[in-house]
Amino acid sequence: MMAEMTLLKAINTALHEQMEKDDSVVVYGEDAGYEGGVFRVTAGLQKAFGEKRVFDTPISEAAILGSAVGMAVAGLRPVPEIQFSGFMFPGYNQIAVHLARMHNRSRGLYKMPITIRMPYGGGVRALEHHSESLETLFAHIPGLKLVIPSTPYDAKGLMAAAIQSDDPVIYMEPKRIYRAFKQEVPEKEYTIPLGKAKVVQKGEDITLVAWGAMMHEARKALKELDEDISVELIDPRTISPIDTDTIMESVKKTGKLLVVHEAVKTLGIGAEIISRANEEAFFRLEAPPVRLTAPDIIVPLPQGEHHHMVDKERIKQEIKKLASFEE
Amino acid sequence: MVLDNFKDWKMETFSILDKNGKVTNKEKEPKIDNDTLVKMYKTMVYTRMADEQALKYQRQGRMLTFAPVKGQEAAQVGPMAASDKGDWLVPAFREMAAMLYKGVPLQKLYLYWYGNEQGSHFGEGSHILPVNVPIGSQVNHAAGIAYASKLKESGEAVIAFIGDGGTSHGEFHEGMNFAGVFDLPLVTIIQNNHYAISTPRSKQTKAASLAQKAHAYGIPGALVDGNDPLAMYVVTKAALERAKKGEGPTLIEALTYRLGPHTTSDDPTIYRSDEEVEEWKKKDPIIRMYKYLSNRNLWNKEKEETLRKDYKKEIQDTFKAVEKLPAPTLDEVFDYTYTEMPEYLQRQKEARKAQAKSGGDR
Repeated sequence: MMAEMTLLKAINTALHEQMEKDDSVVVYGEDAGYEGGVFRVTAGLQKAFGEKRVFDTPISEAAILGSAVGMAVAGLRPVPEIQFSGFMFPGYNQIAVHLARMHNRSRGLYKMPITIRMPYGGGVRALEHHSESLETLFAHIPGLKLVIPSTPYDAKGLMAAAIQSDDPVIYMEPKRIYRAFKQEVPEKEYTIPLGKAKVVQKGEDITLVAWGAMMHEARKALKELDEDISVELIDPRTISPIDTDTIMESVKKTGKLLVVHEAVKTLGIGAEIISRANEEAFFRLEAPPVRLTAPDIIVPLPQGEHHHMVDKERIKQEIKKLASFEE
Repeated sequence: MVLDNFKDWKMETFSILDKNGKVTNKEKEPKIDNDTLVKMYKTMVYTRMADEQALKYQRQGRMLTFAPVKGQEAAQVGPMAASDKGDWLVPAFREMAAMLYKGVPLQKLYLYWYGNEQGSHFGEGSHILPVNVPIGSQVNHAAGIAYASKLKESGEAVIAFIGDGGTSHGEFHEGMNFAGVFDLPLVTIIQNNHYAISTPRSKQTKAASLAQKAHAYGIPGALVDGNDPLAMYVVTKAALERAKKGEGPTLIEALTYRLGPHTTSDDPTIYRSDEEVEEWKKKDPIIRMYKYLSNRNLWNKEKEETLRKDYKKEIQDTFKAVEKLPAPTLDEVFDYTYTEMPEYLQRQKEARKAQAKSGGDR
């Protein structure tokens, strides 16, 4: 049986299913309980599972994430919410210093089966600190996994896998496409393995890697592309550890690599993917790999935000440029 | 049980005016000159009208998300009236009344919420920090300004605002503790408006009051009727005097109420009752200040009508002017990243411009 749903609803459904299945799963955060979160991602959970397993916290990201470490040590499977990724910094100490390291430093005694949810990204004309793409800050920390879904189907299966994972997972939600479109999603529980990329569309000329809201933008660009350019579209889905094999297999075939991301350029995930292409596919490259990213500036407030965004027009431009590359 | 000896905390709310503007605490009634009293009132009305008008514009799709201040005007105007020109204002994100009182033009405030960084440039010597969206972090900035004031012996004190929810944040504690240790000239005002988005004050802390947190820092903590502008004036005045004498910081809890939503994206009917809101409307700070001024023959219905008519036009004209201002250019969003533009960023800017020219921009 299939049900049509948005990405937001898919996450909500996965949370319901995993809480139903495992009593040790707890969901909490600022306004995440009674109200069901400012975006309503956790709507209905408190009603279904009670105030002990689904609850509102004081405004304290350090307490939200530090307590997750303690809960995990004591056998719970916490799924805390950070209201917006831009507000995670007071809790970053707990993420980088404790959560990512506990398994290693206790030599496997204490596992950290924690899934930290946080909406991220721009393009919604939001207030200051509500639009950043901070994935690099998590991918750079050994011991953490990082997931970013781009479709309702992936969102549900990846959330299930994240919650069931015994490693800590940062689950970043592209809020711009929370309700942008619907997709048929199996009603039954399923998981999508962490660390596995998806070839969204087969192609021969260019490998395009994108995730989150940028995947949506890339698909729009490909739909509108008049030129006869065959693009292989890949969504890593798990940003860390990233599935290099799938991407490099494609790059070896096409010889041309374009990475699109919403985050700023310097030390973005694109830099890592291109480094790996240099390491693993150098002699098969037919053009210098290209990053299409936000410039290295602070996300402007809404009136100037378009200067920062990557959109389908820019993606089309880059595809055409790369396709016609000549030495 | 031995712990019973340590349980209680005395709670008394300081007030001067009752909800009908009657002086109930004659002994403490401040001697504020008439011009200042009228300025306090006018700023409250101006704030209320500008706030309500912005909400209308937001509902029409002309204004972006913002945090309405309705109901909290007295908690902000009282302290600002008690401060000197050189004192610093460190806001959270709902301090429109405080900022207007201290001289920020409404156009700047509208412009910020309209999504333009120029709305945070208040001019040299304004002694006002920009709106602070990340919860609680501003208390540490305030402590730093207070430290500089002490070091430079400038005689300036700092007024910082925070909400009830913000007191749960580690940074609130760290900033207050820091200020306490160094006897810094800081007055931190907690506007307890009873909700942090949907989370009620009762779920924010088990403490009977927020003011009592001061005790842990070894400084005075005052619980004040935040809808009483005179009470807020008197307590802040005393705290500022203490600060400037080098005796250290003070924490003030202003009991008030957010009559509107947390931001325009919030629907408060989900988490609070109409009855509760109606009860607080009876304690509206503007009503009580109006009555107080009327009783002292400083204000009347005619003046009120003229004022509101003038303000209405002024506010609407201000917003229309904001709508007509140009959006930030590509240069502008790049040029303030560093004090001097690095080469690589200059090249990024040029590339972005080229993209935009060849149709890559909307």
